[in-house]
Amino acid sequence: MRTSLIILLFFVAGLLAGLFGVFPESFNGKDLSTWALYLLMFLVGISIGIDHRALDALKSHGFKLFLVPLTTIIGTFAGVAATHLATTNLLFGESLAVGAGFGYYSLSSIIIGELHSEALGVTALLANVMREIITLLMAPFFMVWFGNLAPITAGGATSMDTTLPIITRASGNDFAIVSLFHGMMLTILVPFLVTLIISLLSP
Amino acid sequence: MLEILVLMALGMLVGYILRGKQKAISGIEKAILWSIFLLLFFLGLSIGGNEVIMASLPSLGLNALIITLGGVAGSIIAAWALWKLVFKKVRREE
Repeated sequence: MRTSLIILLFFVAGLLAGLFGVFPESFNGKDLSTWALYLLMFLVGISIGIDHRALDALKSHGFKLFLVPLTTIIGTFAGVAATHLATTNLLFGESLAVGAGFGYYSLSSIIIGELHSEALGVTALLANVMREIITLLMAPFFMVWFGNLAPITAGGATSMDTTLPIITRASGNDFAIVSLFHGMMLTILVPFLVTLIISLLSP
Repeated sequence: MLEILVLMALGMLVGYILRGKQKAISGIEKAILWSIFLLLFFLGLSIGGNEVIMASLPSLGLNALIITLGGVAGSIIAAWALWKLVFKKVRREE
């Protein structure tokens, strides 16, 4: 939670610096951010590869575990498709790309901002921050209304870290492994799904 | 575009080889965090300097809210179906 706040503070600091023209206009960090993104993706890959918890979970719980992240993906895309008409000035694929962040706001907004447009990058940032906040606030209710898996699927990729404590409190400690595995699978898939959808968007 | 995915896949391979090297993990996590700080600072920087995007922030925020509500609602409804159809049954058998 504290880390999430610091991440957002950096964004806001950048926003203010841009607004008040702290840096000369020729400096926009474009090249630097492209290289930083490459570095980030490589590092995220390492952190996923080095983590043995997903494999351990799979060994102890079996392949049924895959059903939970799959459910989140299908449910999210169906829900985003259903509410797309209520959005303004967005292509269908743009809505899906934002939805494909699954709460992983830092990475999804960075990738979308870099590959597509800054406006959609901000939309992804806001949308996926909201997903985390909604899960933090509503997890106990989701559990009562929609069963033990609901808080996990609502949390999306964050179900492995930031929302894990609130999910286990709502759904019970038995669900910690399911939640962890679910979050790890989505964390791996977010860059792939977002990039895929964005690449289908641009000719 | 492809570079991103190739680098991530490459990283996963390197990570798999480094498995068990606990010391490496905290360093990598710190580096990830600082890359994210830097990149979101730059995203903020280019947005703050863009009057068109700044003026449309409220409508971008509304779009974001609609997409999130749709995504979360879809997820929890699908989770309910999965719970009823598969998991609850399995638990009862156990």
